[in-house]
Amino acid sequence: MTDEVRIYVEEAPGQRREVVAPTDMALSVMEVLKASGYDIQATCGGMALCGTCHVEVLAGPALDEPGDDELAMLESLPVMTQGSRLSCQIRITNRLDGLVVRLMPQGT
Amino acid sequence: MTNSISTDICIIGAGPVGLFAVFEAGLLKLRCHVVDALPQVGGQLSEIYPKKPIYDIPGFPDILAGDLVQNLMRQIEPFHPTFTLGERVERLAKLEDGTFQLFTTDGTEIFCKAIAIAGGLGSFEPRKPAVESLETYEGGRGVYYMVRDPETFRDRRIVIAGGGDSALDWTIFLADVAKEVTLVHRGTTFRGAADSAEKVQKLHEAGRARLVLSSNVTHVHGQDSLEAVTITANDGTAETLPVDAFIPLFGLTPKLGPIGDWGLELEDDAVKVNTLDYSTSVPGIFAIGDINTYPGKLKLILCGFHEAALMAQGAYKYMFPDKRYVLKYTTVNGVPTL
Ligand SMILES: Cc1cc2nc3c(=O)[nH]c(=O)nc-3n(C[C@H](O)[C@H](O)[C@H](O)COP(=O)(O)OP(=O)(O)OC[C@H]3O[C@@H](n4cnc5c(N)ncnc54)[C@H](O)[C@@H]3O)c2cc1C
Ligand code: FES
Repeated sequence: MTDEVRIYVEEAPGQRREVVAPTDMALSVMEVLKASGYDIQATCGGMALCGTCHVEVLAGPALDEPGDDELAMLESLPVMTQGSRLSCQIRITNRLDGLVVRLMPQGT
Repeated sequence: MTNSISTDICIIGAGPVGLFAVFEAGLLKLRCHVVDALPQVGGQLSEIYPKKPIYDIPGFPDILAGDLVQNLMRQIEPFHPTFTLGERVERLAKLEDGTFQLFTTDGTEIFCKAIAIAGGLGSFEPRKPAVESLETYEGGRGVYYMVRDPETFRDRRIVIAGGGDSALDWTIFLADVAKEVTLVHRGTTFRGAADSAEKVQKLHEAGRARLVLSSNVTHVHGQDSLEAVTITANDGTAETLPVDAFIPLFGLTPKLGPIGDWGLELEDDAVKVNTLDYSTSVPGIFAIGDINTYPGKLKLILCGFHEAALMAQGAYKYMFPDKRYVLKYTTVNGVPTL
């Protein structure tokens, strides 16, 4: 088993950038995206309190259902799609290989 | 009529650091006026995490963020600071004598001898739904992103949008004030306070408020002011409703905002300071707390408090270059009052 996975960020329709993420550091997708230079505020530091790490999951493996705190925050945002998630609430594990996400515009 | 205020230090931002700066300035007998874009004091502590315990405030093994804000307010009482809340500082000008004039969004003018920017992550701005021409009706013409004075909506027809606590709470409150209240929520369930969701459901059943689920406000219409909104259901059906006010309540998100345009030297959206006294590149303007940056910066309340103490000394020296200040401990002299 490898100790890294590949996730993809759709920067424009059909244009995806690969991000390699370690699985042995208990990081969240938000932390990995931030470390990869994406402009994510993550004001609350990953506590599902601010909504500034909102992403849309476009494809890839099935994820665990969002928890109550995550759903409550997502529901309070102006835009919520079928794939809406808080990237700070998704832990990087081996199961995540191939995940494709799109960053939601700041403020949504 | 323009509201005009005159003070020694104008503190921009009523977060924990701005509030503690009032105390440190007060010890030096400097008067403070505090401005914040939010309608309440406390910055991130009140806006994002009022019910969360904080463990790294000296002397408090744990304290709820909201309680820390209350304690800070008590601590600064003896200095009688004045406040302008719910207004953002937009612009500032340095006058010929080295003093400053600040202008807020609502036309308040503040004259002061020094400025302490304690703007944190910037001012909290409402998250706006993507509805075309929404901004046409901002500024009192029918679209409101927060309820400052419920009386604004007395006997009016209003549509509230959102699924969080504040959308529910204001629907309940305004049902008694407004002529008609409609709550539009994109989902079918409400998380958060179950009790509030139940109350809204009961108001709906009693015909005192209307609840429209699985829908969004998609269009706004009107000439000079808002006259109607179109609500579109997830299945595509739409209705246009005559209204006097539309209140989208989707929470707030921090933005650096106008601070970035004041000619201060910046680095990564933060204001560069000299750690000697937390002065910025413009003499007389200081920056403390999360808004500033310097080598080794930590965005912690504790560090902001330390910066506030040094800033107050620096501001004193800027205002009174010829006076010598001798540090006195509050344990020896007690807390002086203004
Ligand atoms: C979830 C969470 C947990 C945290 N836990 C801790 C912890 O345990 N310990 C700790 O030390 N720190 C913690 N922090 C960090 C801490 O909250 C910040 O360091 C602190 O709030 C900074 O205070 P501040 O006064 O500088 O800014 P803020 O609290 O951000 O306040 C700034 C204020 O300035 C106002 N403002 C900005 N621009 C303008 C303008 N132009 N006009 C008018 N008003 C303006 C804003 O509206 C805001 O109210 C936490 C942060 C978060 C999000
Ligand atoms: S970082 Fe705040 S909700 Fe994810």
